[in-house]
Amino acid sequence: MQALQILIDGFAISCLYALGAIGFTLMFGVSGVLNLSHGAIMVVAAVIAWWMGASLAVDPYTGALAGVAASLVCSFFTYRVIVRPIQTSSAIPREEKEIFVLTGTLLWGIMLQEAVSYVFTNNPKTVRPLVNGVVSLVGIRTPWNELVTAGVSLAAIGCLYLLVNRTRTGKSLLAASMNPRGLTLLGFELTRIYVLVWAIYGVLTGIAGVLLGAFLGVSSDNAGTLTASAFSIVVLGGLGSVSGSLIAAFVVGYLETLTAYLVAPSIRTVPVLLLLVAVVYVRPQGLLGRR
Amino acid sequence: MFRSRTFLLVVPALVVMALLPLGVGGYILGLLTLAYYYAVFAMSWDLLFGFAGEVNFGPTFLIGVGAYAAALLNHYQHWPIVACLAAGSVAAVVAGVVLAVPALRLTGPYFGLVTLVAVLLLQNILVLFAGITGGEIGLDLPDVLAIDDTTNYYYALTFMTVSGAVLFGLTCSPVGLILQASGQNAIEAAALGFNVTKHKLAAFCISAFFSGLAGGMLIFYLGTASVGTVVDIAVGVNVIIAAVLGGRRTIIGAALGSIFLIAAGELLRPLGQLSTFVVSAVALVVILFFPGGFLGRLLHTEGSE
Repeated sequence: MQALQILIDGFAISCLYALGAIGFTLMFGVSGVLNLSHGAIMVVAAVIAWWMGASLAVDPYTGALAGVAASLVCSFFTYRVIVRPIQTSSAIPREEKEIFVLTGTLLWGIMLQEAVSYVFTNNPKTVRPLVNGVVSLVGIRTPWNELVTAGVSLAAIGCLYLLVNRTRTGKSLLAASMNPRGLTLLGFELTRIYVLVWAIYGVLTGIAGVLLGAFLGVSSDNAGTLTASAFSIVVLGGLGSVSGSLIAAFVVGYLETLTAYLVAPSIRTVPVLLLLVAVVYVRPQGLLGRR
Repeated sequence: MFRSRTFLLVVPALVVMALLPLGVGGYILGLLTLAYYYAVFAMSWDLLFGFAGEVNFGPTFLIGVGAYAAALLNHYQHWPIVACLAAGSVAAVVAGVVLAVPALRLTGPYFGLVTLVAVLLLQNILVLFAGITGGEIGLDLPDVLAIDDTTNYYYALTFMTVSGAVLFGLTCSPVGLILQASGQNAIEAAALGFNVTKHKLAAFCISAFFSGLAGGMLIFYLGTASVGTVVDIAVGVNVIIAAVLGGRRTIIGAALGSIFLIAAGELLRPLGQLSTFVVSAVALVVILFFPGGFLGRLLHTEGSE
């Protein structure tokens, strides 16, 4: 009985983690940017969806769309105002661009977080779920919301898979992650590809944020933790490897759920951190990473 | 040229700082005391990042280990402060070596993540063993450095000056140059016959020593050791921002950045919750438009950038 419960809960949380981390890893794979404002953007999406539902009393679908739109806006803003100026700046030496992007996005994440906490307070908020009610799944009472979370996450990941592997635009993304210079020689505009990546990133992160808000609830204080968990999943799977991140998300999701159910909820993140350290020591490129 | 200009800037500033207790009240002295300890955190971080080229996302791992080792010994064993500080520094150096082992194998984001995880683990351990460590609330210390504001201020100022001088002297020395070379291009530095591993390990130990010692001094100044003041990621983020803001690879800039951050946080206090927002925005603007930081322009005008 408990095994089934763990299986179902772990599955939902793992799908959500996968969705949350996949935009992050795509971004790194294609444009080499580690966006440390990731968690804050998720929080913005969730809080906007919550606010639309709670204050403007719109239906959950409109609220969710508004949340995703907010995430998209944040994503473009991050690119245009912070990442791009640093990448094109001539005053910053090439080998230090990485740390500047990290510091810049970190600061931007703090700004977003503080802005959210100023306008909407830092109380935990739960987005109204898309579907209410409970369903009995092989004898386990499971909220519909949990299944919707898993379903939407998987659907979004599936769409990304089709986009990247089946469309011309998607294939150019893949090519940019392998050899950006080769792509420019073929006449592709790299900037347009980067803008596209940030758009995809914004949508994925927005969906993840809204689902998270409906499933577990968020507070502006969570932004740092969310970034850290996305970062851990991505490194565990191998930086830039989308399938690695998927596997890693399931490893982390189930490990956390198992710890929470079988040991104690208070130490749910500890085994993950230990595993992460071990993997990074033994296999620095992550599970499926290429160096 | 580089040296003389630096000294022309630093010496008058230190004189002014030493004379400050004559003119300002206890509250401002208290703030500056805090800022000086932060300055040592940031300078130690700059040694690792600016010179050894290691991106340490978790400066508070070293700070926290030093601070908590000192705090536990003082709280349970009632060791005198000096012995606690010494033990704390040793513990921090051990932590530095632990951190250096992956650093010698991993690069860039991977090492960054390990340092981040180290902080999270330390924080989890401290909270899990709350019965011993005091958890989120903190561990109160029977001893404090001094009760008097002015004495505390001079302790902090002296400590910052000495640490700054040692770290700055180190970076100007041949050892510092080798370190800088290994940070920028480890293979070339090794090809020139320098022992990169040895120098990086030394950088980690030195950085850890000063971080741990400063962490210990800070908690003996505050009278309590808590996760929020010496371990939390937010503290580490502030240290990094201070160092980058003041100008990386300058050591002294890191100190300037810390004092600026604390002062700005205080001046903006009337804004309430928005003060962090404004400080981050200012730091972001500096990073975007003056990537060299406050001191970058001043010190690196001779084409060394």
